[in-house]
Amino acid sequence: MPELPDRREETQGGFIVHGVPFPIETDPDALAFLKRLTPIQIEQEYAITYLHSYGQDSPWFAGAANRRLLAAREPESGYTYATPRGHDMYSGIETEWIDITSRRARIHAFTVCHFGSEEFLPETPYVLAMIEYEGVDTLFLSRLMGIDPDEASIEWIGMEVRPRFLRNSKLKPTDVYFVPVGLPDGAA
Amino acid sequence: MMRPVYALSGGVSKFSKARPDKTFQAIIKEAYDYAIADLDLDMATFTAAVDGSVASYFSDHFSRQLMAGIMAQDYLGLVPKPGHRVEGGGATGGLCFQEAWKSVASGDMDVCIAYGFETMSHVETWKGNEFIALASDVSWDYPVGGFYSGYYAMMVTRHMKEYGTTVEQMAHVSVKNHLNAYHNPYAQKRNRYSIDDVRSSPMVAWPLTRLDICVMSDGAAAVIFASEEGLARLEAAGAVVSRPLVKVAGIGRGTDAMRMADRPHVDYDTFMADYATDHERNSDDTRAYYRQLWAQGTRYPGIHSFRAGRTAGNLAYRRAGIVDPLVELDFIELHDAYTSSEIQTYEDLGLCRYGEGGQFAASGRAFMPGIDYGLDLPDEPELPVNPSGGLIACGHPVGATGLMQGVFAIWQLQGTIGRHFGDPMLQVSEAEQGAIHSHAGTGTYVTVSILRKEV
Repeated sequence: MPELPDRREETQGGFIVHGVPFPIETDPDALAFLKRLTPIQIEQEYAITYLHSYGQDSPWFAGAANRRLLAAREPESGYTYATPRGHDMYSGIETEWIDITSRRARIHAFTVCHFGSEEFLPETPYVLAMIEYEGVDTLFLSRLMGIDPDEASIEWIGMEVRPRFLRNSKLKPTDVYFVPVGLPDGAA
Repeated sequence: MMRPVYALSGGVSKFSKARPDKTFQAIIKEAYDYAIADLDLDMATFTAAVDGSVASYFSDHFSRQLMAGIMAQDYLGLVPKPGHRVEGGGATGGLCFQEAWKSVASGDMDVCIAYGFETMSHVETWKGNEFIALASDVSWDYPVGGFYSGYYAMMVTRHMKEYGTTVEQMAHVSVKNHLNAYHNPYAQKRNRYSIDDVRSSPMVAWPLTRLDICVMSDGAAAVIFASEEGLARLEAAGAVVSRPLVKVAGIGRGTDAMRMADRPHVDYDTFMADYATDHERNSDDTRAYYRQLWAQGTRYPGIHSFRAGRTAGNLAYRRAGIVDPLVELDFIELHDAYTSSEIQTYEDLGLCRYGEGGQFAASGRAFMPGIDYGLDLPDEPELPVNPSGGLIACGHPVGATGLMQGVFAIWQLQGTIGRHFGDPMLQVSEAEQGAIHSHAGTGTYVTVSILRKEV
């Protein structure tokens, strides 16, 4: 028998109170009694829009908007970052862009998020995966589609995947996501 | 040359899901007053004797308050003495512990108090997860589905793939820590669970269930440090300091790339040269074991191991003169935000070799003696890990957590757990030396501090 909910969902918000209970006279007994009251809690809104710059990483987003997956390579050692870095962490040399759109990619690790932070709760369950590319030294965090989140298995690790791009770029790293190789276009 | 530093006393507020009854300053004061009272001093006397402070809290978002550190300093009556705030994600409390130690060891202060807090109940859980996730790269990681439980879940799926670690082994950690906390009145979650309970609790981020993961908390902790001169000053003022003293025998820290995707996968020779413990490096058997792992494809640290934790441990052990932590330590309070990260940390801290953490978890060697966990454990307890219940059961009010570990370690080494907990069950018998370990998101900052009873 499925487990039945036995609590109502808690949400913030409530009635606005007009007139807060308080002693009519502030005699010593009444003032001492104030120590025994429950705390007053109010809501405070906090919302802000940031102008966020991708700085030296910007070309990656332009590439994804044009269905190209870029990576950053140290020109001398060839050390290659799937998640771009403007400068190599070992030599300090400025990296150069390379196109890895067609390289073979596999699942290095994954999870299925059944909960998440508030922004992503409506998308649960969703699959996060670290992607490893052939000839690339570091990994790339992405979403995985075309795979049943209720059938999670360690056997997914090593599965060959390929990138798929949003038609309408949002200029976010989620402009690219991955699907299993062999999945027909339109199936995900 | 650093001076000897003693950790004299500490205090912890009861960690709770929500503490709307007090402001954060007043919650800190609970821990602060306890630490002072445990020296048998009153506030005015202590205030006259203390040179300054270090404050810790993780997130300005949770309290919607910048400069909360100075508000605490003010409330505690410490102004105009020196003070500053430290922050380093989940390791904030551990960093605070070490910064206060440095203040005394360097000669800048003779008496320093470290205090830390977090009030995480002011937003709903999922907004809290969002705040915490903002401690990941907001260009590359957060927008993909930023959720720390998801990050750790990915790390452990790789650990499972590399080493065959199982969810049942992880559940052993949850059972242990929740039941240890049954005897700790400061803990938020004090329950007896079975392996089945852990696995059947709601799935959060596969394979981590709700009982594999610590909870958010409101809470505070404080630790008082002193040099020889500071100790003499406090005792001249009337402080009652129990003997033998508890000394900070060594500290270590490590760091790693913010994006775990950027972490390297080094070869065997680099691992042995740069990361192996002295104990591992000197063992023919272990070198052969690691050669075999690398032959099978293991690389280090990847996303399955915390290089920062290994670096912090090695540094702290070297400074404290520890060669084999499994033998030389009597307990460890480590940062078990996840059952998986406790297992990974066994390996980082050299309690077992990389790849053996899961077996170590289920062996019983990290359990407390004398407690019936309802598990079939093949080995006798050897080195209790998280005798307090750890983060999983005590809760994780981030800026307080690393200091809480310090307080519990002081009490273990003083032999006063029974007095402070009202229950002697969690007192580690004849504890001479212990470690505390604090860890920030996906292993970015890690601190290890060794505390030792003076003989």
